[in-house]
Amino acid sequence: MGNDRWTWTAIFLHWVVATLIVANFALGEYMGDLAVSPMKLRLYSYHKWLGVTVFALTIIRLAWRAFHAPPPFPAGMPSWERFAAKAAHALLYALIFIIPLAGWLGSSAHGFQTIYLGVIPIPDLLAKNNELSELLEEVHEQLNHALLLLVIAHAGAAMKHHFIDKDDILRRMIGLKGRK
Amino acid sequence: MKRLVALVLTMLIFIPGALFSAPVVKDKSSIGFATRQMGVPVAGSFKRFDADVRFDPKDAGKGSASITIYMDEVDAGSDDGTVEIKRKPWFDVKGHPKAWFLSTSLKELGPGRYEVAGKMTIKGRTRDVIAPVTVKKEGGLWLFEGAFAINRLDFSIGEGPWADTGTVDDKVEVRFRLLLTATGKK
Ligand code: HEM
Ligand code: HEM
Repeated sequence: MGNDRWTWTAIFLHWVVATLIVANFALGEYMGDLAVSPMKLRLYSYHKWLGVTVFALTIIRLAWRAFHAPPPFPAGMPSWERFAAKAAHALLYALIFIIPLAGWLGSSAHGFQTIYLGVIPIPDLLAKNNELSELLEEVHEQLNHALLLLVIAHAGAAMKHHFIDKDDILRRMIGLKGRK
Repeated sequence: MKRLVALVLTMLIFIPGALFSAPVVKDKSSIGFATRQMGVPVAGSFKRFDADVRFDPKDAGKGSASITIYMDEVDAGSDDGTVEIKRKPWFDVKGHPKAWFLSTSLKELGPGRYEVAGKMTIKGRTRDVIAPVTVKKEGGLWLFEGAFAINRLDFSIGEGPWADTGTVDDKVEVRFRLLLTATGKK
């Protein structure tokens, strides 16, 4: 196994988490404007469950990552690009870790405990507090907007590597490099 | 007829001394309710109600309770919830501003433990309910505490799409805590 590839575990987690985040972002934006209805209550719960799933997968991912060095960047990659990529990846990890936390705490301060899949209670850390819940929900929203911009830049960078630099960056995250 | 007269006379003579009917200490009494929404416990309360409770520990069978709840002052546990629950599919507080509980019997189960049965009317629908009650003296006042469960759909609470019990449970627990001044007692 060459060490210039991502492991299948890393590839799987990257794309599963990316897909769930895109879906949950859309769901989060959509559900807020709905009139109160059973559907709205359901969607809020699904949003929270999906978000908790992302959080759990992110922890697994970070733990995995701590013991598995990423493949080195292509030899010709300028140092500012290496730095930008590292910074962007660190920031992406930070956001997908903090966003669910803010959502969960905001919900707790709003007076609603999160019960994963309707069965597993997640600690209800905060007492009901309107100002605090508004603040946390605002943080949740703003960090989501930051995430949106960063993911666009991140995907754009992947496209640049693939179509302009014509290197292996995107191929190796899809699992094509060195495999048939 | 004689027996009736005798009964009335007995009541006139004995009741004022033995039974008491008293207003509740409002800030120490509460009527709350709890259910589950998508598996998540949500609790609310009725902020305004009147209660007329007659109770004599020596003759529990004669006790009675009548409670009137003013539905407009409900708190559903969250701001959005409180707005929603007053609407027509839920409590319809405009059409049905009051709810009542009128006891029909009080039975002693053991020391300080009773069972009250009565008629609960919410949203114009009346159903029989039975609740265990504990009664104890607290600082010279009587404290009545208990809880019972109702099915919200029996009272048409949550109509139309809200009749879906997969989102909001049918089962609602009602908890009461009534602290009564014993001033009525001679
Ligand atoms: C991958 C993780 C998550 C993403 C991408 C995400 C995304 C979003 C987005 C885009 C919104 C709409 C913001 C707005 O415009 O107001 C939102 C709202 C919300 N999210 Fe999340 N979310 C995530 C996780 C969570 C978690 C784990 C919870 C709670 C356990 C949560 C609870 C909420 C709540 C309660 C709102 C509505 C806030 C309001 O009504 O103002 N989110 N989320
Ligand atoms: C919510 C969406 C996404 C998130 C949160 C995300 C997050 C990340 C993170 C944290 C890394 C760094 C992995 C590490 O160093 O351990 C990474 C790598 C990567 N991502 Fe994403 N990503 C997302 C979407 C995308 C999309 C849409 C694409 C492509 C169109 C993409 C392409 C890549 C590629 C090619 C790498 C590998 C970089 C390398 O090999 O050095 N990602 N992603």
